[in-house]
Amino acid sequence: MRAANLVKLLFGVLAVVFLVAPLVAILPLAFTSSVFLTYPIPGYSMRWFNELANANVWRMSIINSLIIGTGTTLLAGTLGTLAALGLRNAGLILPGLFRTAFLLPMVVPAVVLGVGMQVFFVHLGLANSYAGVIAAHSVVAVPFVVVSVTASLAGIDRRVERAAASLGAAPFTVFRRVTLPLALPGILSGAVFAFATSLDEVVLTLFVAGPNQRTLARQMFSSIRENISPAIAAAAFLFIIGTLLIAAVALLVRRRTERLKQQVVEV
Amino acid sequence: MSDTSAKGRLGALALVAPLVLFLAIFFAWPLVSMLKEAVSDPVGSRAFPLTAAVAGDWDRQSDPPQELQQAFIDDLRAIDDQQLLGDAVRRLNSAQNGFRTLMGRTMRAVEEQPQGPIDLVEVDKRWADARFWRAVADSTNPYTDRYLLAALDYERDASGRIEALPAEASANTAILLRTLGIGAVVTIACALIGLPYAMLAVSVEGWKRQLLLGAVLLPLWTSLLVRTAAWFILLQEQGLINDTLMSLGLISRPLPLIFNRLGVVIAMTHVLLPFMVLPIYSVLLSIPRNLMPAAASLGAPPWRAFLRVLLPLSLRGVVSGSLLVFMTAIGYYITPALIGGAQDQMISSVIAFYAIGSANWGMAGALGAILLVATLALYAVYGRLSADRAGGR
Repeated sequence: MRAANLVKLLFGVLAVVFLVAPLVAILPLAFTSSVFLTYPIPGYSMRWFNELANANVWRMSIINSLIIGTGTTLLAGTLGTLAALGLRNAGLILPGLFRTAFLLPMVVPAVVLGVGMQVFFVHLGLANSYAGVIAAHSVVAVPFVVVSVTASLAGIDRRVERAAASLGAAPFTVFRRVTLPLALPGILSGAVFAFATSLDEVVLTLFVAGPNQRTLARQMFSSIRENISPAIAAAAFLFIIGTLLIAAVALLVRRRTERLKQQVVEV
Repeated sequence: MSDTSAKGRLGALALVAPLVLFLAIFFAWPLVSMLKEAVSDPVGSRAFPLTAAVAGDWDRQSDPPQELQQAFIDDLRAIDDQQLLGDAVRRLNSAQNGFRTLMGRTMRAVEEQPQGPIDLVEVDKRWADARFWRAVADSTNPYTDRYLLAALDYERDASGRIEALPAEASANTAILLRTLGIGAVVTIACALIGLPYAMLAVSVEGWKRQLLLGAVLLPLWTSLLVRTAAWFILLQEQGLINDTLMSLGLISRPLPLIFNRLGVVIAMTHVLLPFMVLPIYSVLLSIPRNLMPAAASLGAPPWRAFLRVLLPLSLRGVVSGSLLVFMTAIGYYITPALIGGAQDQMISSVIAFYAIGSANWGMAGALGAILLVATLALYAVYGRLSADRAGGR
């Protein structure tokens, strides 16, 4: 029995190391003073973060990522939230069909979608434009919003809304004062997912963006390909910190939902 | 809010309509235009509209009728878009060698005599050859199966029969097989690690389980690009893995880990492992915890209880996870592009090459159509499996 436990422990440790070690290994290299992305690190400096902030290509790509990410969050967030509210309505015809259709952008390979968008956007006059990149990112971000908002709406006790309606609140008032506040955490985490999806998107960007819409992810992709430098590790550091922040926000949001639900139950 | 009255029904539709419209324009339409690129061949019909109108009347076997020849001459007289003419000549030349000089000579003759009939055979003897007329007539068909056939390494011969391309020109089947092969190896690697991992996560409690789940979720939440960059750093020649092995004295020179198949499989397994662990985990959670003790109390040794009870029950999770991993793996672009060598590129890289590198939309569309159909078929099976599971409970 002890041998079996030892094997279990060893496997568990190895697997966790396999999953987590790459992410940990890249972090210290962001602070290297060398021009090589290798260990051992000769000295520590902030030079690669300075490079990100000051070199034109990196600075522009960070600004582009923020613009496109914000646009995607607003567009995908709005469309996805509305659709999730519609899906919740029992009167909707063919709900299964709509749900499947809304998830399909997660399934279709990015390169396939990219080729289609490249061909189609030229006809539409959206090639090499911010609007085009935001639309492309929104297509792949919107399933996350739909899933997240649908999940939070499913957690709302219908009786609360009916109680508000029976007390004389108009449907829109019920929505604004009851449904929306309860669904807000789901909407926020959906928006966070949409932003993160846009931030990480490379393939569609490769197809539809022009040189002026080069995002941080796109810039990282080409610099890994062409001239690998520790600036990539610094950019990765920012990504990982961003991820941890997102995880923290998601956790806070979940706590808040649970507290809200608690309050509703207590009322 | 949830009334099923006509008004409520309309309200629900109005709420989903914006997203439906958005996805119709920016998701469905691009896919349709990609599929259209795969089968469309518009140059000939645009350059020779009159010829296109009469080409259908010719049986392709007898001598080309006079009206076809006259229509072609009239088309050549009418054409004033040099770009379009150039595209058309290129298109004809790709179907039948010799069109470049033939068309140059013919255009000069047409320019010299802007009115009336011209005996084309007198201009160039090749016009007496039905093969050239067949190429002209065929080029006016706005649709073609050329790209789809070429994507699978087939072509049509002069008489229209489908035949395999010569071995030196057939790269696509090899790439399709390679894509499936890498997908299969990654799926198996994920299953071999993912199944015991999920079982381990279910068998422990408290912080241990949180740690195991967190270790799966953290990579899932981390940017794909960051994870690929991280593997690049680990696997490179002076990377952490080679340095460690060398300082331990296990190897004397760096192992080739990057820009080859091994590196691609390692990095893709890491990226896709969460998609295997999570479905298996959720299936295992639903298995009653007293089944294994029950098997043991009936006298089954642990390995037997595992083989006969736990493994069959968890198989559904393994199948779901495998479909998910395989489906995602065959569409991968970034990881093979950055970690792999020239011999490890998958179908997505070839599609990207045709689309971005050489503006060959027909081939990009045809290969894209194959990948799209394969992915959607796998997704349909996956959807059926998970629907069965939800319905079976």
